[in-house]
Amino acid sequence: MVPFSEEKLAKVREIIARYPEGKQKSALLPVLHLAQEVHGWLSAETMDYVASLLQIEPIEVYEVATFYSMYNLKPVGKYMFEVCQTGPCMINGSDDIVDYIKQRLGIGVGETTPDGLFTLKTVECLGACGYAPMMQLGKHYKEHLTREKVDQIIEECRKQAGQLN
Amino acid sequence: MGVKLLLEKAHVEGIRSYEVYRREGGYRAVEKALKTMSPDAVTEEVKKSGLRGRGGAGFPSGMKWSFLAKPEGVPRHLVCNADESEPGTFKDRYLMEFLPHLLIEGLIVSSFALGSNATYIYIRGEYAWIPDILEQAIAEAKANGWLGKNILGSGFDCEIYVQRGAGAYICGEETALIESLEGKRGNPRIKPPFPAVKGVWDRPTVVNNVETLAAVVPIINMGGEEYAKIGVGRSTGTKLISACGNINKPGVYEIDMTISVEEFIYSDEYCGGIKNGKRLKACIPGGSSVPILPANLLLKTAKGETRYMNYESLSDGGFATGSMMGSGGFIVLDEDQCVVKNTYTLARFYRHESCGQCSPCREGTGWMEKILKNIDSGKGKMSDIDLLWDIQRKIEGNTICPLGDAAAWPVAAAIRHFRDEFEWHVKNPQECLTRNYGIAHYADPLVIPA
Ligand SMILES: Cc1cc2nc3c(=O)[nH]c(=O)nc-3n(C[C@H](O)[C@H](O)[C@H](O)COP(=O)(O)O)c2cc1C
Ligand code: SF4
Ligand code: FES
Repeated sequence: MVPFSEEKLAKVREIIARYPEGKQKSALLPVLHLAQEVHGWLSAETMDYVASLLQIEPIEVYEVATFYSMYNLKPVGKYMFEVCQTGPCMINGSDDIVDYIKQRLGIGVGETTPDGLFTLKTVECLGACGYAPMMQLGKHYKEHLTREKVDQIIEECRKQAGQLN
Repeated sequence: MGVKLLLEKAHVEGIRSYEVYRREGGYRAVEKALKTMSPDAVTEEVKKSGLRGRGGAGFPSGMKWSFLAKPEGVPRHLVCNADESEPGTFKDRYLMEFLPHLLIEGLIVSSFALGSNATYIYIRGEYAWIPDILEQAIAEAKANGWLGKNILGSGFDCEIYVQRGAGAYICGEETALIESLEGKRGNPRIKPPFPAVKGVWDRPTVVNNVETLAAVVPIINMGGEEYAKIGVGRSTGTKLISACGNINKPGVYEIDMTISVEEFIYSDEYCGGIKNGKRLKACIPGGSSVPILPANLLLKTAKGETRYMNYESLSDGGFATGSMMGSGGFIVLDEDQCVVKNTYTLARFYRHESCGQCSPCREGTGWMEKILKNIDSGKGKMSDIDLLWDIQRKIEGNTICPLGDAAAWPVAAAIRHFRDEFEWHVKNPQECLTRNYGIAHYADPLVIPA
């Protein structure tokens, strides 16, 4: 576990200042997001660190981290494909998109490719029902998915990862 | 073309920026309110406008504001509900993404009315790119004197902060949202006390939807009485509808609530008709929790009258033959869609999103999902259909928050109107795996059968 950089610590202070005196626990969700940006997931040590930053008990962090679906409690791939499968996306072919990604990446739902590059997840409605089928990839949405578009996205991720290495 | 009050400027190039928004008449409502009106006068205009909460329940906003407790020396807060997680709903996202200053302007005026010096926007975590847009707009507004200390010399101070959720539909329920804002699990609180008395950090709090708060801008600009002239009856003003499913033009539309459902679906100004020339089978007109209606009951009420896109008409007939305006998430199903499968995905959604505090909701949603999955995959029994009915009845009204009802209603309506389709699945366990039931007797009344 790497502690936050000075820049991140400044951000934490800025977030805490949004709330009344003594209510720094309110900063918990935003600070967990920050921690996940740094580490990709939330280990017990990371959660303990967040607890110390906010001067709350570790259990208060654990119970929150386990409640919200966006916090990863185990390591995930560099690129997480979160495909929506709720009604409106389903009637626009999300099942086929999930199947196609499984086949292209050779993994099942909830699994990560052996190279650690991709994780596939199914999620519930992300508020993009008019642009279905769709998935979340990091901070952004990929909408109006087709098999061709999935190919393109995988290609782009691989290229980007290659450049990063 | 209907009246546009919210999206009128959505297509003006650069409207996201402060300069363009201001040039187009933005922040006039703040000027008017802070320079010429008292906080109570602003609330009075909202009352006169007849504005009803756009988050789903449709409660009169001015009345809600007047319930806010104002004990001496205790700070009060306005919280903007941008959690938008009801399947079929994506209108708030559109507003925030393309017209961030409209929301910020609405928040400043509303904060002034309620006396909130620190106002929070709670936005669903998945909309991860939108906080940047909102924070930029907030910074611009502040740099131009619309936020901060002693705004326009009125003596009113206001700051707006954005807080991201982290993936939990239940945090759209206002007391769960408050818990989450306090850095806790999103477990809804038992009411009373209501947030108007004891909300965030035990302080009096008003929680309003994004669209509701944006609508305060045209209300102040034009006056409550003028606003109330738009629309019909108790459905005043305009409403954003997010349309999706098997239609030609999915998207977000602003309607003035006088148009018929038929016009909304078939005219080119709105949905542009059913995709691929197919027939309309059914529709969930107000977000996934409201009752699904077959085409015949959607376009006309049980009495054979035209059904309109407003609060009263959509709920005409109660749950027996009507539905609800809800959040305005309009989900259209064509003749090839399977109602059982669709209901199954919604049941799965509610099981996934139940916070688990009440046993009828926690156990019931899981049970319904399992049974629906079985029926959908040809493993259902006839008695399962009655069992489903029984379970949803036992959830409804027996829980802390309305998520239980929201989970029960879609199942109830699907069985009520599409029982034959459920039975067909049970009787044809092989065939139902390879084809869908189709449209049957509730055929689109607009199409004359060949
Ligand atoms: C399970 C559940 C989810 C909800 N989700 C939302 C939501 O995402 N956005 C919203 O504005 N209201 C949502 N509501 C309604 C809120 O509790 C609250 O009534 C609303 O924010 C009030 O704002 P309004 O009066 O402006 O509509 C939800 C309610 C329930 C029971
Ligand atoms: S009804 Fe469901 S979501 Fe609401 S409090 Fe009870 S268990 Fe939680
Ligand atoms: S159903 Fe997939 S984004 Fe709403």
